[in-house]
Amino acid sequence: MGEEGSVKLHGMWASPFARRVNLALKLKGIDYDYIEEDLANKSEELLQYNPISKKVPVLVHNGLPIVESLVILEYIDETWTDSPYLLPKDPYQRAKHRFWAAFFEPIFDMMKKTLMLQGEALETAVKELSEKLDVAEHGMKEIYPNGVPSFSQEVKPGYLDIVFCSLFGTQDVIEEFFGIKVMTPERYPLLVSWIDALKQVPQVQEVTPPKEKLLGFLQFLRQKYLPQNA
Amino acid sequence: MEEENSVKLHGVWSSPYVLRVKLALKIKGIEFEYIEEDLGNKSELLLQYNPVHKKVPVLVHNGLPIAESSVIMEYIDEVWTDPPYLLPKDPYLRAKHRFWAAYLQQVSELLGKSLLLMTEGKDTDDIVNEYRNKMDVAEELIKEILPNNEIPCFQDNIKPGYLDIMLYSFLGTSDAAEELFGFKPFTAERYPILASWTKALSEVPEVKDVTPPKSKLVELLRTMRINYLPQKP
Repeated sequence: MGEEGSVKLHGMWASPFARRVNLALKLKGIDYDYIEEDLANKSEELLQYNPISKKVPVLVHNGLPIVESLVILEYIDETWTDSPYLLPKDPYQRAKHRFWAAFFEPIFDMMKKTLMLQGEALETAVKELSEKLDVAEHGMKEIYPNGVPSFSQEVKPGYLDIVFCSLFGTQDVIEEFFGIKVMTPERYPLLVSWIDALKQVPQVQEVTPPKEKLLGFLQFLRQKYLPQNA
Repeated sequence: MEEENSVKLHGVWSSPYVLRVKLALKIKGIEFEYIEEDLGNKSELLLQYNPVHKKVPVLVHNGLPIAESSVIMEYIDEVWTDPPYLLPKDPYLRAKHRFWAAYLQQVSELLGKSLLLMTEGKDTDDIVNEYRNKMDVAEELIKEILPNNEIPCFQDNIKPGYLDIMLYSFLGTSDAAEELFGFKPFTAERYPILASWTKALSEVPEVKDVTPPKSKLVELLRTMRINYLPQKP
């Protein structure tokens, strides 16, 4: 059962959080208007809809704003109640998926921090991230005990896939930018196979920013944080 | 409809996160066994049930462990489906309650950090300002979820819910730290709505039941502070 009415998403192409909502809406087959925000010059609407953090994403459904990407994902699942379901139906499985989504939450800030670091500090940050990924590699065995499925019309990505995809779907581009290898198949076979499976999904391809654009953006951010580096 | 069966909660008496789960269970009228953990000597079971974070609270329902207080509260609401409901039924209201709960959680972490900095003798101005600014926003805008802009009234069987529980776990037990550190950024003058909301909650029987005695908390914080103080050269 879908909610008729207007659905708008205020987002930004490089934001993994906005990407989550874009992906969820596309996977659920919901029609929506997408408004690209210039974060240096936010729209009046954005500031009005999210006066608290003034951030994207903001979903506006029939004029009512919802903020925080994970809160939005749950809202979408509870409002558009036909399949595909973002979260599993079983409460215990839901708890596991929410637990791991919470586990992944600090990762964006960890990755953002690396843009501001170099030398030994960067190495330490990368090591911390790798250790967190070790825990995830092990933990995902309880989510995908038989390995990651090949996503298809019948088996679409869900809540946790969306969260993981938003953070690691462009991992190869980020690693190319830094000239380092973190997410190797030897150390993280399950996580790497997960990224590969997600990349095959048409809706994921639709929301993933083009490599050159992302590289340019990372370069821009790096120069902002470390102006002495070219 | 309830699940017949075994419900256990691993916790520590002083943790506001554990308090949330205790309160949720009591409000829903769920019988449970409580296991007090010694965080300096964690039980085998705790390490087995929450190998990722090794933290409390952990709820164990029919042998299946659930960790993270907000995840546990959602689980409780989804399994024990009779009223009282922790979250509202309407998806938009649920989104608002989840948003504010997450917001208050973030702000409460700032207060924790400021106390730690204070203990280490470091400057706390920046973090306290950030805390105050964020709390000012909450005071101003949380009204959006209060019907008639009035603080909730917990009488006639109106029980606290998810957001009330989160709010209380953060604001209802802060007086111990305030007494010990002589530091009270959260005042009723500056935050009349949040303060009166917390006070209303503190009078609910289930809340009184789970709130640790202030004197015990003050003693604990005093001990922790001594342990944290950097060694003098």
